[in-house]
Amino acid sequence: MRMRALGTAAFATLAFAATACGNSQPASPAAPSASASAPAATTAGNLVIWADPSRVKPLKPFADQFGTENGVTVEVKEISKDNQQTFLTASQQGSGPDIMIGAHDWIGNLVQNGAIDPVTLTEEQKGAFSEKAIQAVTFNGQIYGAPYAVENIALIRNTKLAPEAPATIEDMIDKGKELKKAGKVKEVLCIPVGQKGDAFHVYPIFASGGGALFGATSTGDPDPKQVLLDAPDSVKAFEKLKALGEKGDGALRTSITNENYIVNFASGKCAYLVSGPWAISEVKKGGISYDITAVPAFKDGKPATPFVGVQSFFVASKGKNKALAQEFVANYVTNKDVAKALYEADPRPPALTAALQEVQATDPDAIKFMDAGKEGMPMPAIPEMAAIWEPFGIAETAVVKGGDAAKAAAAAQKAIDGALKN
Amino acid sequence: MQSSVDVREAARASAPVRPRREITTAFLVSRIAVLAVAAAILVYAVPPLIAAGSWVSLALLCAATAAIASLYLTRRFIPAKYLIPGTVFLIAFQVFPVVYTVTTAFTNFGDGHRGDKAAAITAIETGSVRQAPGSPEYGLTVALRGEELVFLLVDPATKQVSLGTSKGLTPLAGAEVGVTGKVLRAPGLTVLKAPEAAARAQQVSALAVPTGSGVIKANGLSRAVEGRATLVYDAACDCVRGNGDTWTADEDQGYFVNAKGEHLAQGWQVGVGLDNFARVLTDPTISGYFVGVLGWNVVFALGSVLGTFALGMSMALTLHHPRMRGTRFYRIALILPYAMPSFAMLLVWRDMFNRDFGLINQLLGANVDWLGEPMTARFGVILVNLWLGFPYMFLVTTGALQAIPRELTEAASIDGATPWKAFRRVTLPLLLVALTPLLISSFAYNFNNFNAIALTTDGGPFPAESPQVGSTDLLITYTFRLAFGAGGAQFGFAAAISVFIFTIVAVVSAVAFRRTRKQEEVYA
Repeated sequence: MRMRALGTAAFATLAFAATACGNSQPASPAAPSASASAPAATTAGNLVIWADPSRVKPLKPFADQFGTENGVTVEVKEISKDNQQTFLTASQQGSGPDIMIGAHDWIGNLVQNGAIDPVTLTEEQKGAFSEKAIQAVTFNGQIYGAPYAVENIALIRNTKLAPEAPATIEDMIDKGKELKKAGKVKEVLCIPVGQKGDAFHVYPIFASGGGALFGATSTGDPDPKQVLLDAPDSVKAFEKLKALGEKGDGALRTSITNENYIVNFASGKCAYLVSGPWAISEVKKGGISYDITAVPAFKDGKPATPFVGVQSFFVASKGKNKALAQEFVANYVTNKDVAKALYEADPRPPALTAALQEVQATDPDAIKFMDAGKEGMPMPAIPEMAAIWEPFGIAETAVVKGGDAAKAAAAAQKAIDGALKN
Repeated sequence: MQSSVDVREAARASAPVRPRREITTAFLVSRIAVLAVAAAILVYAVPPLIAAGSWVSLALLCAATAAIASLYLTRRFIPAKYLIPGTVFLIAFQVFPVVYTVTTAFTNFGDGHRGDKAAAITAIETGSVRQAPGSPEYGLTVALRGEELVFLLVDPATKQVSLGTSKGLTPLAGAEVGVTGKVLRAPGLTVLKAPEAAARAQQVSALAVPTGSGVIKANGLSRAVEGRATLVYDAACDCVRGNGDTWTADEDQGYFVNAKGEHLAQGWQVGVGLDNFARVLTDPTISGYFVGVLGWNVVFALGSVLGTFALGMSMALTLHHPRMRGTRFYRIALILPYAMPSFAMLLVWRDMFNRDFGLINQLLGANVDWLGEPMTARFGVILVNLWLGFPYMFLVTTGALQAIPRELTEAASIDGATPWKAFRRVTLPLLLVALTPLLISSFAYNFNNFNAIALTTDGGPFPAESPQVGSTDLLITYTFRLAFGAGGAQFGFAAAISVFIFTIVAVVSAVAFRRTRKQEEVYA
């Protein structure tokens, strides 16, 4: 209790204290936990992979196979919480894994902490991936991970209630309102907003309204020195979000949250859902007949570009077996069967084109999501992205509740610039 | 360090004449347990420490074990036998974290500044290695020339085999190449099979074959690539050169900075003196909102303590009444919220407060945006905290009530006091003497009740003008957002804030305890 009261800063401290005790005070009870990973990490010919729970099982047989082929043991360890921070802390102390699995937008932060090494892929290997996937894992002109799954949000539609895919956002809202009036649904649109906004889900609509997050550097990467939330076009986009909000069309509502938006769609409370591949299993459970299309754009608006996230394998720079890790990441998981097995465990479209083609034969959803993300923008991997999410989301909530768009945009811009010290 | 303290303690303790004592079973068991744990830690930790070459830790471990053994195997040092385990836990769980937090507050430890300078330089150089333009991606076979590890490199286009050593690249004649592009046999060399190569993985990564324009390094165990570091550290000028620019080390910031003031991504940890503390005091986003947040923080902590105490005490008094029936059932029912994991319950409460889908609005037939308006959100979190906290107060009050003799209230009523007056003048003061320390610690706990806020409102609702500070933010949630939200993790800054919050709580508690002592003098 007392520990908790000191806050999370103290938590981190404690974690350090526990492991630091292992070095300076071996007799203290904390010692065993600190040294537990040491034997595994120091033995030559032992590869340690960290993955989140849904990927441990599908990866296991391939890890074992790789181990048998190369005469090493491969351990796949489950990390279920704060993966990025856990990895950073552990690798700093030398108790980290050789290979880490995570989202490509971690790359900037992992690189600035010197936690991962570049991965060299041959031209042939690069060609086997979708272009977007390679673009996403490239940071500062270097490829930092082997991509294996591509995910983006799309519009999932209840085909019984709305048989036609809407051409524009206006069409979708009109149909949604009509259904609501007829009492067939309770909500116009199921998209998470909550009390703190959800920048990830609302981004396609924001982009279609003309909004932008960053300007571009000369090399075309997002430029953290130019935050554009307060630019006139972005303010207009916020005004469009306001018009869709609680005082307007009622399509965006703070009561629809990340916890309830998929459930609401799966139980037929709305005809349209903006979500990603992770929603499909729940939707199927609800017995909804559905179709997947791209998030529509405003009439006369810009394209509604969703963020594209790429799940990747990273080579830890402080791993004990980098040659093996490189072999596994660059030459082994770029293998079609691994991509397919991971897909089956957690159906997100494979990044490997050949695997995607095989998967789509049995599951048309994968290619539909892929198509919906065609115009998408790989989520910026720069560490500065961390400063965007919360102020953006809070500005979104403010306008959704009917607040002044210009004021909300200016406040968000100021908060972000302050955090980035621009 | 700790073992030397033990010895001193022990030396002092051994001076007085030791009393003879009987050997009881409990004494024997506890002694065996302590020795067994010490021995187990020794056996468990020695091999990895030897493998890692941590000789200092090993020496400390052995010394500590020896000290424990001598302490519990001899009949001397009796007070130390009791003091040592407590001291060890005190150092490990109290002193060390506090010392660590305070020392961290003087550094820039955080994202971008996690490691030391050497690690940053390595990361900068490795990260800047680019494949040499036009160079082939060699097929790699690892081989041994005598005891020396060498590379057999096959150009995929020409199938030409070269021998790569730390001296350089030489063409190799007479090698037999298999269909996969791996070398099967080579004259005068022992070609390693995959497992053999894997066993030497560290040597494989270490070998660099110099070429005219860079080095050839293994990329895994089956491919090798010629690359060149585009950024190189120069110790002479303590700078990094490359790409037509120079970045000089700045030991104040822990970054390599160029003339334009831009820095390379990878930095290192440096001491920043009082910078973090100064930032807490001067940053306008902190100082501008500090008073408001502190005010609400005090209201929240007081509201939580007084609310739970009032409710818990009323329940306890009701159940304490001699004519109350079925008290056991009520007691179990009242403990229920206490038994549930607060983590999960807070999330459940958050969903119950949802305007359109929440249970509360559905039951009341209302349309209140509970967590969306400042006042209702504040009311909501205090309500949730009341629900979570009152069973604790109920428990402790029940306990304290048992200690107050009923004769006292009976005597009061004989003297003509009304039940209310008897409670006001007799029961409550006696209760408070026992419970005030608990109320103070409960205040300190709720002052920093991160979970109650983070899991229900996460500080919200946020006014559009100030996205950094929400209406229900406590100091701890608010500063957590500043330290871990926007700029990545900033442990140094967070530690400085923790020191400030600790100071506030310590002062409040110290003042309150002083007052309690006065009260005790009156009633005790």
